Amino acid sequence: MAKAKITFEDIEQTVNVPAGTRVIEVSEKIGAGIIYGCREGDCGTCMMHVTEGWNNLTEPSVLEEKVLKENMAGRHDRLACQAQILGDCTVKPT
Amino acid sequence: MRGIAVSRSIDVSAHRQAVEFADGVYWIGALDPTLRSFDIILTTANGTTYNSYLVKGSDGVAVIDTVKENFSDEFFARLESEARYEDIKVIVLNHLEPDHSGALPELMRRAPQAQLYISQRATSMLKALLHGDENLPYTTVTTGDSVSLGDRTLQFLHTPFLHWPDTQCTYLEEEGILFSGDVFGCHYCDKRLFNDLVGDFRFSFDYYYAHIMRPFKKHVMDALKLIEPLKLSQIAPTHGPILRERPRRYVTHYRELSTSSLSQGIGSDEQSMIIFYMSSYGNTARMAEAIAEGAGDVDGVRVSLYDLEGGETDPFVDLIEEADALLFGSPTINGDAVKPVWDLLSSLAVVNLKGKLGAAFGSYGWSGEAVRMIEDRMRGLKMHIPRSGMRVKLIPTAEELEACHAFGLEIAEVLVGKSGSGGVIDFADLA
Repeated sequence: MAKAKITFEDIEQTVNVPAGTRVIEVSEKIGAGIIYGCREGDCGTCMMHVTEGWNNLTEPSVLEEKVLKENMAGRHDRLACQAQILGDCTVKPT
Repeated sequence: MRGIAVSRSIDVSAHRQAVEFADGVYWIGALDPTLRSFDIILTTANGTTYNSYLVKGSDGVAVIDTVKENFSDEFFARLESEARYEDIKVIVLNHLEPDHSGALPELMRRAPQAQLYISQRATSMLKALLHGDENLPYTTVTTGDSVSLGDRTLQFLHTPFLHWPDTQCTYLEEEGILFSGDVFGCHYCDKRLFNDLVGDFRFSFDYYYAHIMRPFKKHVMDALKLIEPLKLSQIAPTHGPILRERPRRYVTHYRELSTSSLSQGIGSDEQSMIIFYMSSYGNTARMAEAIAEGAGDVDGVRVSLYDLEGGETDPFVDLIEEADALLFGSPTINGDAVKPVWDLLSSLAVVNLKGKLGAAFGSYGWSGEAVRMIEDRMRGLKMHIPRSGMRVKLIPTAEELEACHAFGLEIAEVLVGKSGSGGVIDFADLA
């Protein structure tokens, strides 16, 4: 299975994951500082900033785009409960 | 009909009129003296008030916050005593919790021309609260935005997480009045309404802070940076007395409450590691001691050992709030961690643990689930668990105690940054 590396900048931790893993699945297990609310892409609590590898996450859905907009997301902000890891990337809490 | 002017013998429970407390600025809220518990998490021995305000300008009227829905009659009666619905130009909701947004749909129905001003974060809540009224028009505002009422201006302050993501404050520049939402509020119902006339509400003020604002101390500090430079003649919160006499002392008090609650016993160059444990046969206790010794070998870490059997939850919560690393040791009994551990771990909603280091350990007889369960709980509290917990079957051997020593040392090194949690780990190795 294809692998990818995700780095959590706040705790300086990199994890090798199977491609397609959602960021939430990793960040919660290693205790990164991204915080979660509804876990289903509705509340915007888990907004994170992608510092590297923006294109290595799945495209945001229409729903995610809407929630990002409502929460005044910056250009490379994503919802950690929605974004799936496709290739190497680095993220941190907003 | 004119609003009631303020005198020392004020009794707002005796009428349903607006109460003018600055030129053209009125309280139009409601009293809830019999409420005895609020939001499940607070007791309210003195009931509460839902404060709503009305500001008259040369070019229209503003209503700031509304009341809980079943108090709408009182709110509308007070509003009508002083203003006509067609004159309402502006409605501000500083916070969308139902005790402040309850009368909003009806207010907007009666004043359809009014523009609603809320924070950006409030938009999704507005929709979730007003099912069926989802097309209510609104404008989102943040720090630096203002709205004019002709000769008066309402400025907005972006003060999120006090105590919801949506919270903001509104400042009436010309009068120096801060409509602070739940900030500086308290559940204290007194028909005399003003801080210099009501009974002694100091306990209620601090109790409210402890249960509502304390988890958000960092955000309180951020908000104070916006509030402290303001000229303040009065603070008008959404619950409890209007703070018209020496309002600035409440601002100062918030800063005090948001700084360390324990006296400074730990140096600023030291990290505090607290090890809590319970032990039935002394095995988990011996592990705790070995872990403490190991951690104590690392410079810059102050280690404290607490037997949960001899403590009470509240002081432990204070201790936990100040600590940098928290270790919990529990034996596994009937497949679970023991109750005193859960009691403490379920009492931490009032403090912010995000990013603190955590670890678990314990002795067990045949399965040892407690350690993993405690780790899961700590993750749920947004703590960082850099190492998998230490489990020992029944009585720890000398080698196992040595491993406990090394475990304590390793966690302490992560704490002082000697051994980063860094490196690359595999997803499959995560617990």
